[in-house]
Amino acid sequence: MLELIFFSLLNGIVTGLLLFMLASGLTLIFSMMGVLNFAHASFYMLGAYFAYTVSMYLGFWVGLFVAPVLVGLMGAVVERYGLRYVHRWGHVAELIFTFGLAFLIEEIVQFVWGKDTKAYHEPEILQFPLFTFFGQNFPAYKAFMLLVSIAIFVVLLLILTRSRIGLIIQAAIHKPNMTAMLGHNVPLVFMGVFGVGCALAGLAGVIAGPALGTFPGMAVVLGSIVFVIVVIGGLGSLTGAFVASLLIGLLQTFAIALDYSVNDFLHLFNISFDADGALRDLWTLSLPQIAPILPYLLLILILIFRPTGLFGNRET
Amino acid sequence: MKLKSTILIGAALAALSAFTAQAADTIKIAFIDPLSGPFAATGTSGYKQAQYAADVLVNQKGGVLGGQMFEIVGFDNKISPKESLVQLKRAIGEGIHYIMQGNSSGVANALTDAVKKHNDRNPDNLVLFLNYSAVDPALTNEKCNFWHFRFDANADIKMNALTDVIAANDQIKKVYIIGQDYSFGKAVAAAAVKYLGEKRSDIEIVGNELHPIGKVKDFTPYATKIRASEADAIITGNWGADMVGLAKAIGDAGIDAPVYTYYAANDGITKTIGAAGKDKIRLIHEGRVNPPPTEEYLAYHLGFKEKYPEADITQFRIANALAMLARAMNETNSTDPLKVAGALEGMEYTTIQGDKVVMRAEDHQLMQPISISVHTDENIVLDADNSGYGLVTEKTISAEDADIPPVGCAMERPSS
Repeated sequence: MLELIFFSLLNGIVTGLLLFMLASGLTLIFSMMGVLNFAHASFYMLGAYFAYTVSMYLGFWVGLFVAPVLVGLMGAVVERYGLRYVHRWGHVAELIFTFGLAFLIEEIVQFVWGKDTKAYHEPEILQFPLFTFFGQNFPAYKAFMLLVSIAIFVVLLLILTRSRIGLIIQAAIHKPNMTAMLGHNVPLVFMGVFGVGCALAGLAGVIAGPALGTFPGMAVVLGSIVFVIVVIGGLGSLTGAFVASLLIGLLQTFAIALDYSVNDFLHLFNISFDADGALRDLWTLSLPQIAPILPYLLLILILIFRPTGLFGNRET
Repeated sequence: MKLKSTILIGAALAALSAFTAQAADTIKIAFIDPLSGPFAATGTSGYKQAQYAADVLVNQKGGVLGGQMFEIVGFDNKISPKESLVQLKRAIGEGIHYIMQGNSSGVANALTDAVKKHNDRNPDNLVLFLNYSAVDPALTNEKCNFWHFRFDANADIKMNALTDVIAANDQIKKVYIIGQDYSFGKAVAAAAVKYLGEKRSDIEIVGNELHPIGKVKDFTPYATKIRASEADAIITGNWGADMVGLAKAIGDAGIDAPVYTYYAANDGITKTIGAAGKDKIRLIHEGRVNPPPTEEYLAYHLGFKEKYPEADITQFRIANALAMLARAMNETNSTDPLKVAGALEGMEYTTIQGDKVVMRAEDHQLMQPISISVHTDENIVLDADNSGYGLVTEKTISAEDADIPPVGCAMERPSS
């Protein structure tokens, strides 16, 4: 049991931090531009595929740096020539634009790289178990993912709270018109934030590709959960995104790991039900079975009881 | 040099086309499978293997009936049962009497019904259905049909062979079953529990889990659970990205137990799993690859790799289906589907891998040896996905031992 809890804790944190890399960019873009970027997870997928292609010729480490930059540039171009143009027809048009973009990117990826899973592997230097606990390995690559995610969090936090750029971004989020009046180029800030947000998603793709598989469905698998995190954490709040990411990561791993059913829970209170009753499917429902719904359940509860999210301070 | 080879190829092509023109009377075989869409990779791979098998095993040996050649004609069914029936009509319209199909038991169920209906109504324009891959046991049980022949082992036969291997291994005391949450995943789990219970009641099923199909982003929590259950063996019917993800997570967690699978090889999967699954992932399948069972098969496989360097022979049964069809035509000296079906019934045939296989007359299920092979990069003569990794056969269950007799097959035979 100790083994299960220990590893679920570790896995949950790794998953959570990976989700954070996606959520951080999305939450900034959302709070600043009011656009739910449906294509955000597609940039994550592009990051993985770019890195895979680069790594075939120049190795993993070059891909780690080149792919996010490429994805970031693509993001900036999308903002400058796509979103900004569509913006004149309002938020709904922007929403639909990113929605279409997500499908477009998925089809293009299938067209260029094919539909099968790509053999994108960890660099050999990280292909060893970091430690073994109760006979179960913890791969060094997972630790590497952990380190990169934490580093990104710290750097982002410092930039946003301690630097001049961060000040302008914060100002542009809350009072865009006033910021523009003060002589700052707000559209440029928007483009920059969108680009950096996409680059972060790309970086998440680069490091997640070898661990979680590089295949055309990888964006869809992660896409919806990232929105959940952004809403739970609170729009525009980096800390909120961080806490919500860890929360969702841990929730999902523990829900799979712990095989408890409603029945077990009720047994605690000495309540038992007829095993052949009409509702028996409900009593035998186990935690792993409902694991995929839990984040969405949490989303609805948060929206009902605390619409601003855990750390949000802005009503939208 | 380049120019010279171009001229040579040109000359060869010219000779070939002249040859085809001469042999005007070809026997067309419709290959109805997904040749576009999400499953196109599997469908087109089978299509290439069928064309190669027809060329090498039939046409280059002089064809059938003294010079008639096999021609494989592709019909794209987009893996939809509805579209398959349209393609079947098209094929019949073009005067084709033999159809092959394999991907998806749903499609096979639709085709076997449609073929039966067609033959009942058109006794002078019969069609024969060669199923090379759809493994739903029902096709040779309650839905069995005189015009349907299955050349792959059905899911029950494979599970029977697999549980034989597990039962014979005293080291295995705890088994973990994990699969995708849909009909096939559930069928595999149910069959595993049934056969293990019959053969080794002392084996404990420490986990019987279904996960959402195609929606799991990270299999690590499942691997953690499997490790914590201290399972000595794992059984899964997973395919595609779900198979790759599971294999990787199990490898990363350092779980040292065999993973018995149905679909963890070829079409990019072998390459992606790579080192993570070495000596762990096992595949249950017909036909053997490493070590190459016969010189003849080695030459056959290498010839295919030369023609299609990016593809692999993944479904050896396609070759058996076409070779047996050719033999049935030669034996009856006819291309009449009724006579050919009669010759296929009960036919004993030695494959180019040296295995004796029998087409059981009772239900039209090919009885054949089943092999358990391990994913490794050692002693590999013929690799998969050009990755250096491939399958080495560890154990082969004889056709008799693997066999499961049909249940509820009452076949209606045409009167003549």
